[in-house]
Amino acid sequence: MLIFEHSHSGRRAQAQAPQSNADVSDIPEDFLRAMPPGLPQVSELQVVRHYTRLSQKNFSIDTQFYPLGSCTMKYNPRACNTLAMLPGFLARHPLAPVSMGQGFLACLYELQEMLKEVTGMKAVTLTPAAGAQGEFTGVAMIRAYHDANGDTARNEILVPDAAHGTNPATAVMCGYKVHEIPTDRQGDVDMEALRIAVGPQTAGIMLTNPSTLGVFERRIKEIADLIHEAGGLLYYDGANLNAILGKVRPGDMGFDVIHMNLHKTFSTPHGGGGPGAGPVGVSKRLEPFMPLPIVGYDGNEYDWITEDVRPQSIGRLSAFMGNAGVLMRAYIYGRMLGREGMHRVADFATLNANYLMARLTEAGFDVAFPGRRATHEFIITLKRQDKELGITAMDFAKRLLDYNFHAPTTYFPLLVPECLLIEPTETETKEELDAFVEAMIKIKQEAENSPELLKEAPHTQPVRRLDEVRAAKQLDLTWSA
Amino acid sequence: MPFIPHSESDIRKMLATIGVDNIEALFDEIPANLRMGKLSGVPEGLIEQDIARLMMERAEADGRPLCFMGAGSYDHHIPAAVWEITTRGEFYSAYTPYQAEASQGTLQLIYEFQTMMAQLTGLDVSNASLYDGASGLAEAILMAVRANRKSKSHRILMPVTVHPDYRRTANTIVKNQNIELLEVPYSPEGGHILTDSLKAYEGEDIAALVIQHPNFFGILEDVDLLTDWAHQQGALVIAVANPIAMALLKPPGAWGESGADIACGEGQPLGVPMMGGGPYFGFMCCKKDYVRQMPGRIVGRTLDRDGRVGYTLTLQAREQHIRRSKATSNICTNQGLLVTAATIHMALLGAEGLKRVAQACHANTRKLVAALTASDCVETIFNRPYFHEAALRISLPLDNVLRPLHAQNILPGYALAKDYPELGDALLVCATELRSDADIDTFAGHLGRVIEKQTAAGRPVKPKMA
Repeated sequence: MLIFEHSHSGRRAQAQAPQSNADVSDIPEDFLRAMPPGLPQVSELQVVRHYTRLSQKNFSIDTQFYPLGSCTMKYNPRACNTLAMLPGFLARHPLAPVSMGQGFLACLYELQEMLKEVTGMKAVTLTPAAGAQGEFTGVAMIRAYHDANGDTARNEILVPDAAHGTNPATAVMCGYKVHEIPTDRQGDVDMEALRIAVGPQTAGIMLTNPSTLGVFERRIKEIADLIHEAGGLLYYDGANLNAILGKVRPGDMGFDVIHMNLHKTFSTPHGGGGPGAGPVGVSKRLEPFMPLPIVGYDGNEYDWITEDVRPQSIGRLSAFMGNAGVLMRAYIYGRMLGREGMHRVADFATLNANYLMARLTEAGFDVAFPGRRATHEFIITLKRQDKELGITAMDFAKRLLDYNFHAPTTYFPLLVPECLLIEPTETETKEELDAFVEAMIKIKQEAENSPELLKEAPHTQPVRRLDEVRAAKQLDLTWSA
Repeated sequence: MPFIPHSESDIRKMLATIGVDNIEALFDEIPANLRMGKLSGVPEGLIEQDIARLMMERAEADGRPLCFMGAGSYDHHIPAAVWEITTRGEFYSAYTPYQAEASQGTLQLIYEFQTMMAQLTGLDVSNASLYDGASGLAEAILMAVRANRKSKSHRILMPVTVHPDYRRTANTIVKNQNIELLEVPYSPEGGHILTDSLKAYEGEDIAALVIQHPNFFGILEDVDLLTDWAHQQGALVIAVANPIAMALLKPPGAWGESGADIACGEGQPLGVPMMGGGPYFGFMCCKKDYVRQMPGRIVGRTLDRDGRVGYTLTLQAREQHIRRSKATSNICTNQGLLVTAATIHMALLGAEGLKRVAQACHANTRKLVAALTASDCVETIFNRPYFHEAALRISLPLDNVLRPLHAQNILPGYALAKDYPELGDALLVCATELRSDADIDTFAGHLGRVIEKQTAAGRPVKPKMA
């Protein structure tokens, strides 16, 4: 039932609005709304009950193992939420003078410093609101850099075909053409194709490492040199640093700009689709172009760095300070982990992924890149099951829901057929991983013996498989009585 | 090891299964010359009680001032139930609802949100959110350029009465796509868009006109006239709207003969704390003809294989994960958790509750203006009707007035000189439903004393303008 269907004319949550209608007779009639909006008319208890019940129709990290590849569904420590939502922080108006926000700014400044250290970059800006906005920032800075050098003939960005869809979409938003580079059979960038593609038209390359294929790009230094020699810049899609935290730094690999998704590595909540935060780190040559505002510190007071100091900045990305509350959660998480904790994140994210990969291999599943180490994640391909039994990755994914596990990422990356991209994260126990393997083994047996169980899965969820064609053809995007 | 559950025996067994001697061996594909040493710049880890102490000290230091500042972020009442439910793990720690069957909670909630926003704006459809109001305006501009098939130009009329940082943000995001933002001036008397200044563009190819209403000064624009003018020119109308105001004022869908085409804005007033500037959420609604040009996620209602009603992400062919370089936007992650808060907030307040809040905001701001302008040194700048913000001119150097008020833990408003130097020592003030008569008296009292001190000290007083 929808909240609107609980509605009853004249009912409302009376404690939540002023007791009377204040006088607004000075506003000319012409400006006023004629008909009230059709919002639900419900009591406070009805609202609480309705949305509590809705919440119970979700899988979440707090309730299920959620091995969604490339999403890093690790535990979101409760302290990060509680402490970021202290009244003093919630009451901070974004335009209040810095003298009334030194505590808040200190946290953001220290987060900038922490991210500089972790990435090996010269400077960090916290303003991008999510990964895609971080990517936009990075590519816009690359463009501003070339423009400032009068190097305006560069009109192309190179993107590996394994890349996340935001990469090519971002390059276009920044006014560039996209040139896709194929991947070789080992999961690395095809160096021959890259050599042919690079030229005076190359503005830069967008690269993820570990790649979306779950492997470390081994010839990264070679790629960096090739691009730099051609006058291009290197963009690092560092969305997920979980496998390299404290092991290797993008700055040391030769990258000029990197964005990181704090809702992955720094464990801020995914919130059913956001908010994220996509801070960006830069090398020295891109520092003048960073978006504003940035938090500065003169040894005495924290302050905003603005256009006056950074006239070449690409500008603002949001009205205020990006997703400040998310940044606060990431800061708290970073302080709790500390130096040692960060090293261990990479250790145990990698241990869990390789363990799960070994166990699934042992159970007869096909790994997409056998012989390679898993990073924080790895790919299983069900091409064989599809061919022999007509069972797809989607069927497996939906059946896993019946076993009370969230499905891994399916059909991404696009170039591995019938793939499951699996990322267990460091916060899961061995028992949980073992239980997942047991479920996978059972489902594999079901695929052979009673495939309809998979074809018709899920059986235990609030709904069964949905008619997506109908959803797109007979558009029903809002409710009406 | 915070949040890592492995015992020594777990580690041994897992390594044996993998077939390596130690964890370090798992990193053997990283070239040795790239490996780093210790993260010496990161401090030692803290246990929860220690980080709690640090954060409480810092939060306390920030003082919770008495807030009369608006300018795009507003101090409203948020029902306790909103964040109690929003931070339930099932909402807080869920991912984007790509596995629809296991995400019906989030999906149905977004469908309800889309319905509520469409109702509030008076338009047909809504998306599931964008980052914030300013980046939402940038997306609306890109969308209008795509959607306006009558226009071949990439020219957008951008009045100076639109929030200055929205204009800056829009410029950052659209400038690389050869879109031109043309400034439209405002009336020095009314603080609204001068329809006369639009005449220069008559007969020209313009893709869209942006109208913020109430505008950055809090002033009500002539939305009907402006909308009809734009449509006569073949331009689309992009409304930048305040969600609280829409409960009281004519919504974008009802402007002029045929309504605004796209409405966007900042969702923060709907249950989201000010929180230093984010996370907030941008909302976007439009007429149904343009839905395929909309950026961001959209949820649709459909049926499952047993004919039961269910909800799923739809029209995904617009999005980057399908269309890649041909997507309507690069947006992926949006502001889901804030949409959760806003949906619960709107359900709790309802149309009547939101309207009462809007009425109280307006009435309190009028009281505030009356109390402050009782001083000879303070006057209102514009003579048009306003909603819950007003621009005041103070006949003393503004900095000298603001600093002592800050020292009293009062946030007196937003200084306009940075963006509007022509207005001189001007302050944009706001009183939401949370500001009591006593709060207003406190502000007015302190301001009176500051002015008295300044004038007694023989500082120059500029004459009040006629």
